Amino acid sequence: MYEIRFHGRGGQGSVMGAQMLNKALLDEGKYAVTIPAFGFERRGAPVQAYLKFDDKVIRQHTNVRFPHCVICIDPTVPNTVNIFEGMQDNGVAVLCTNKSLKELKLDPKVKKVGLCNAINIAKEVIGRTITNTIMLGAFIKTTGFVSLESLNKAMGEMAFRDAALEKNIVAVKKGFEETQVYEL
Amino acid sequence: MPKRIVVDGNEAAAYGALLAKPDMCAVFPITPQSSVGEKVATFIANGDLKADLLDVEGEHSVLSMLQGGALAGARTFTATCGQGLAFMFEPYFRSPNLRLPIVMCIVCRDGITPQCVWGGQQDAMTVKEVGWIQMHCENNQEITDSIVMAYRIGEHSDVMLPVNVCFDGNFLSYAAEPVEIVDEEIADKFMGENNVNWHAALDPERPMAIDPLTGMTAPGGEAFARYREGQCKGMQNSLRVIPEIHKEWKELTGHDFAPLIEEYRLDDAEHAIMTIGSMTGAGKDAVDVARDKGKKVGLIKVKTFRPWPLKAMVSALSKIKALSVVDRSVNFGWNCGPLYQEVLATLPFLDKKIPLVSLIGGLAGTDLTIDHMAEAIKTAEDAAQGKVAEETIWLNKMY
Repeated sequence: MYEIRFHGRGGQGSVMGAQMLNKALLDEGKYAVTIPAFGFERRGAPVQAYLKFDDKVIRQHTNVRFPHCVICIDPTVPNTVNIFEGMQDNGVAVLCTNKSLKELKLDPKVKKVGLCNAINIAKEVIGRTITNTIMLGAFIKTTGFVSLESLNKAMGEMAFRDAALEKNIVAVKKGFEETQVYEL
Repeated sequence: MPKRIVVDGNEAAAYGALLAKPDMCAVFPITPQSSVGEKVATFIANGDLKADLLDVEGEHSVLSMLQGGALAGARTFTATCGQGLAFMFEPYFRSPNLRLPIVMCIVCRDGITPQCVWGGQQDAMTVKEVGWIQMHCENNQEITDSIVMAYRIGEHSDVMLPVNVCFDGNFLSYAAEPVEIVDEEIADKFMGENNVNWHAALDPERPMAIDPLTGMTAPGGEAFARYREGQCKGMQNSLRVIPEIHKEWKELTGHDFAPLIEEYRLDDAEHAIMTIGSMTGAGKDAVDVARDKGKKVGLIKVKTFRPWPLKAMVSALSKIKALSVVDRSVNFGWNCGPLYQEVLATLPFLDKKIPLVSLIGGLAGTDLTIDHMAEAIKTAEDAAQGKVAEETIWLNKMY
């Protein structure tokens, strides 16, 4: 079982992003459970979403406390939340940032990093700083766990509210292409 | 071909309604239940579900409207939880007494105060003596399937009672996972004809008095007692009907869920834990971990909580030497969990008394992890060896 924790802020689509990844994983024959954890729904507050996937049925409906991978879709959340809490050895971090690798404070357990300036891409393609799909492109570039095709298909099943589906498909592709991946 | 889709628990509930095709759905939002009503309303708006949508002003009206609908012969559906259920209590009490087979989800939410909009089974447990059948679900597939089955159970002429399909707020309501939605034709075949109001109807063709005053005047209290006795019989009959309906559903769909209680790795177990709702998955995983270490432990999952499946429970408990019961709610009167108290009341029916341990956890949306379940297993193992925890153990407590 592989466990992923999404970090973001209310309104950026962390929960929806985790659900899209879930659908993409199902399309590739995997079984995933996604559980969001938030307080009262409000825009801007730090939120988390959890995703576990496996080749077999997952029975437990529990939060992710010890992630193999952390996806942070907002550049400022790491200032207020320890996004690396409980990180497993050989951890993977997929981060939304305009900083270089040297400027970032990473947990020593993180051995692979994908960096994506998703805010810029979102402003350019979507017109608002909604970064969830872009960061899924970054996740795919970093880990290769699912294909862009499966993700595009999964996005087609979602009811997009803040931006049209076509824009998000472009955004995901840009996220994938512009993500820098580093082995540490 | 059945389709496999990723849905959260609330959507899974709406898909259950879509398959069962109720004639009337009433909705009022309350967290964490709101998106059940939203999804049902979407189905109706899109023409996928041909039902009347009642967008009413509160939960009291939700259930009152459904009572009228059921008396006119309609299959009815709604969902609520927590404070919404509290506001619904007056018609909630009347529904089983009118013997109306209304189907309603309780998307279990903890009781305020302190303020809380998160999961916990305090709402469902608080209304356990009102006379509704209660089935608790472990995962989203079980939610969809149980809602379809609930109509057949409630409408059975030996039962005639409303059914609550209960599932945990947060850990199922918002948990997305694959669910197989069976073909419409299969669900139609399973559902058959409405059997809602043959006994009590608002129908000009069959004029009858509904809910007449009984009491001091003849036939008075005797009629009331006869009525209550019949209601209790209906509840007991459901213990026969619920397995029959589950069997029929399994034969049509291949979906296999234990109707009353599920025994997991119990046959050669020396001790066990008892779970209810979404914690069961973590419980089974914890049992597997303990088994790998050579521990002879099993699990009993409670699906049907009301009526209490006494015979099935006695059969399961007869296999073990000790049991730890994990509750996601509180019994204030006995300083333990409500499920624990039910097991306590079952003990005199066993050939031998077995030690019980009460654990309470997962309140207000807190996580019940495999570690917590391992703790429950350890307390059961200790109890089997004579070290029985005397007081209720509170999991995920702030020290």
